[in-house]
Amino acid sequence: MEYILECKALTKRYESNLALDAVDLRLAPGRIIGLLGPNGSGKTTLIKLANGLLTPTAGEILIDGQKPCAQTKAIVSYLPERNALPEWMRVKQVIDFYADFYADFRRDAANAMVAQLGLEPTQRIKTMSKGTKEKLQLILVMSRKAKLYLLDEPIGGVDPAARDYILRTILSNYSEDATVLISTHLIADVEQVLDEVIFLRNGRIELHESVDAIRDERGKSVDALFREVFRVDGRSND
Amino acid sequence: MGWTFREDLPIYSQLVDEMTRAIVSGAYAPGERLPTVRDLALDAGVNPNTVQRALSELERSALVYTQRTAGRFVTEDRAVIAQAREQMAANKINEFLHEMDGLGFTREQIGALLAAQPKKDN
Repeated sequence: MEYILECKALTKRYESNLALDAVDLRLAPGRIIGLLGPNGSGKTTLIKLANGLLTPTAGEILIDGQKPCAQTKAIVSYLPERNALPEWMRVKQVIDFYADFYADFRRDAANAMVAQLGLEPTQRIKTMSKGTKEKLQLILVMSRKAKLYLLDEPIGGVDPAARDYILRTILSNYSEDATVLISTHLIADVEQVLDEVIFLRNGRIELHESVDAIRDERGKSVDALFREVFRVDGRSND
Repeated sequence: MGWTFREDLPIYSQLVDEMTRAIVSGAYAPGERLPTVRDLALDAGVNPNTVQRALSELERSALVYTQRTAGRFVTEDRAVIAQAREQMAANKINEFLHEMDGLGFTREQIGALLAAQPKKDN
């Protein structure tokens, strides 16, 4: 079996703080996977390691069998936690920018989604609301025909209409042989689109299971299980 | 987006129930072509793999069949649909009786309560 993402004893230490502690993880292609855990559990660190934005302190991370490099970046589409679009650009310019950078960028798909969102090609990023910027960035990320999508907290706020838009955009654009990793702490909002979930706590994997198995065997939702597992958390962090 | 799901059951089995209900009630007619996996997934707001699993289950129970290039269809075999409908009724009745047992009603009392219900004609 080929894994799209594989971690072997992956460790990341920031000075005295152990952000990831010997994580072993294998993700199969064609899955939508939730990376769940409270703030500070290591979600963003794992995603940044997968993107080559950080380097491991020990162990390794492989994307489609390779260490993060130019070839892996060509097959990974990354949505950072914060807005990374240049504020001075216009809609048309960011689309050109993405099309220049990524061979797998589907310009037609991006144009169609931008139009559907009611954005003019000449509109500047800096004139947009926070929510619109988030949607535009997601459109760009999902317009790539990537093998692995790494979405760091795509669901920011609590606006249910925005959440629906985001989930719908993900579901209708990823290709079926691609894997989508979604990090979030809002589990109830994404649970029904997930195949499997990973619970991270203090840099370790607490659980990695299919959503159906959790419901089948434990008779409860992932959200309920998460609240049970992490009930006492917060006390251990300080 | 999507349908509402219970917390304590796998989503695919709730999809199977929902689609079985749509078939036995005639919302999907015998022989009708079903939407694609992706369209169903978007409509229900769930993962396409989950829809795939639910459809495989429906194929196993012969309510749905696949025609290689044309897609998935509701069975034309009305006996299969009638049987699924009866099965669904039996499940509902079991649930109901279980509840009523819990409330301490005898079968006789339940029968009397049902008989006292106003008639619904359709």
